[in-house]
Amino acid sequence: MISALFAILVFPGILFVSAFSLAAEFADRKIHARLQNRVGPPWFQPLADFIKLLGKAELIPTNARPLIFSITPVFALASAITAYLYVPLWTKDALFSFNGDVIVVLYLLTIPTMAFFIGGWYSTSLYAKIGSVRLMTQLFAYEVPLFIGILSGALLADTWSLYGIALFYHNNPMFRFFNIIGFAVSLIALMGKLEKVPFDIPEAETEIVAGVCTEYSGKFLALFRLALDVEMVVGASLLAAVYLPSGMSLGPIAGFAVYIVEIFFIVALISLLRTVFARLRIDQMVSFCWKYMAPLGIAQLLINLIVKAVLIK
Amino acid sequence: MSDKNKFKIPIGPQHPALKEPESFSVALKGEKILGVDIRLGYNHRGVEKACEERTYIQDMYLVERVCGICSHSHSTCFVQAVEEIAGLQVPRRALYIRTLVSELERIHSHLLWLGVAGHEIGFDTLLMYTWRDREVVMDILAELTGNRVNYGMNTIGGVRRDINPDQIKKVLKGMDILEERTKYYIEVASKETTVIKRLLGVGILSHEDALRLDAVGPTARASNVNRDVRRDDPYAAYSEVSFNVITDDHNDIYGRTLVRVKELMEAYKIVRQVLKDMPDGPITVKAPRKIPAGEATSRYEAPRGEDMHYVKSNGTEKPERVKIRAPTLANIQAVKHMLKDRFLADMPIVIAAIDPCFSCTDRLISINDLDRTKSEIVTWEGLRDYSIKWYKEKGIDFSKVEI
Repeated sequence: MISALFAILVFPGILFVSAFSLAAEFADRKIHARLQNRVGPPWFQPLADFIKLLGKAELIPTNARPLIFSITPVFALASAITAYLYVPLWTKDALFSFNGDVIVVLYLLTIPTMAFFIGGWYSTSLYAKIGSVRLMTQLFAYEVPLFIGILSGALLADTWSLYGIALFYHNNPMFRFFNIIGFAVSLIALMGKLEKVPFDIPEAETEIVAGVCTEYSGKFLALFRLALDVEMVVGASLLAAVYLPSGMSLGPIAGFAVYIVEIFFIVALISLLRTVFARLRIDQMVSFCWKYMAPLGIAQLLINLIVKAVLIK
Repeated sequence: MSDKNKFKIPIGPQHPALKEPESFSVALKGEKILGVDIRLGYNHRGVEKACEERTYIQDMYLVERVCGICSHSHSTCFVQAVEEIAGLQVPRRALYIRTLVSELERIHSHLLWLGVAGHEIGFDTLLMYTWRDREVVMDILAELTGNRVNYGMNTIGGVRRDINPDQIKKVLKGMDILEERTKYYIEVASKETTVIKRLLGVGILSHEDALRLDAVGPTARASNVNRDVRRDDPYAAYSEVSFNVITDDHNDIYGRTLVRVKELMEAYKIVRQVLKDMPDGPITVKAPRKIPAGEATSRYEAPRGEDMHYVKSNGTEKPERVKIRAPTLANIQAVKHMLKDRFLADMPIVIAAIDPCFSCTDRLISINDLDRTKSEIVTWEGLRDYSIKWYKEKGIDFSKVEI
């Protein structure tokens, strides 16, 4: 009982993942800034932003439904944190693992997006509504490549538990090189989920102000932002578990260090990609995802099927 | 889609995409733009009218503040008109210095535009890079004139500050740095995939439309309208330097971007020539305080396009009428045309592509009653009475103030 509470509240639960995701946000912002030839924020800036937002008054638009408006940020954050409980893997003893948890994590990752959509839609601002519609349109574009990308890795490992997948690639390290396309597809799809440039269409500042978050303020906005940060860590951990599992046999401390390095590596990749691109239009984004990403994902699926038939059996 | 999907969203008066207050009411169907209502007038300052209340020297500083970016353009344009009426022979060295500052201003304005365009399409990296490099030319301008903007370089009959060989060296060094960087920006603007995706084929303004809607400056030149006041009606020292007028036949924002970055290269060329050929001599002639009666029109190729000033004098030390036609006023009509059938996402970059300066554009005050059926044009005195009444209701009495 106490150990379960500890796992939920402290490690690897709310407290740890919040701190870790704020650190990841700092890494993202700092790398982004340095690549743009700016100084960038000090290390405590994400935490300072969070605390400041908690202290601000929150305004609920007159026409919005107060309950839905205020409950969606909690949903977003809660589901993102829940998803995290299943993904971190740095030793051979998984924390919580069961067959099929990779699907659960992917679905839990969809809930924050839905929460953003509902929150934006019910805040009744025109900008937020357009942002919500764009968010949904984008979800249909990147979700399929993301699923195919992650699941094709699972297919090769012949298990639908994250622990099993990680263990398989850990024991057969060469097999992960077959998954390079899948890694690229999942990373780009993840950027769509995290609303990073070039896929920051739902919150395109120069078009629709702040998109779904336009009417949000105070602690609701703080929770939304934290949920996005947690999503980034969960997504990065998912990618790390499926595509780059390493350090599982190094023992808990060294394995944990390797895991942290992997997450920051993926975050750095995301920062790099968002630095070098301009924002796409929503129609361009959708056609890009269906024209290139989904076929590439399917190609990865085929490669893995063939590899499985030829090399494993 | 049904009619339920049609709605209007306000872009402005306050909006992150706009750097100045201006109202665009966009009718949307899904993401598609059905129509745009443009409403000017949030920035009206009555500069033209205020010019009539001030002396020519005071006016020069006032028109310099019409626009923060092309301040030298407006003051030079005004001064040229006054000098023409007064029949002043401006020394050649002064003309060269004016040309130098005007090209430096073009460099700073085009670099600024490139950054803003990058920001509008969500490419903040370009914004950060260009604005960092823009500091080079801003520092040069501060070194030459004493100010980063609103240089105060002109005076009637010449310029106020001379430049020395030390400064020339600094300018040349700055030009070398900027030329190197601009080559990189040409590369980025013309090769980077996402940039091309957002710019190519967006905001189309055909050659015929550009002529019909009287577009000016880079907006027109990107539609293959070969017009440039610097070449067609040379002022300052432009008749003595050689440069190419950049045109492009893409007719879209991609073309406008290429025109601007290539104009940067031409500007470096002009600056080098001006510094090399700068003649010796005085920098100013004495101008009379009272300008003889007459009228003159002066044209000037500002970074955003052709700027036009009309000055009418009546023999006193104050002008009778000053009329300013800033380039944005000529281009703003084209925006509505360019936005037809585009996506909402294109809206910021299409507006930004003409490099708008809304405060230059705002003209007259018309007061609409609440249901917007009646409108009237208010005179200077009427406006003053209105403001006195307005402030009286707020408890402040300005009626005793002399102007």
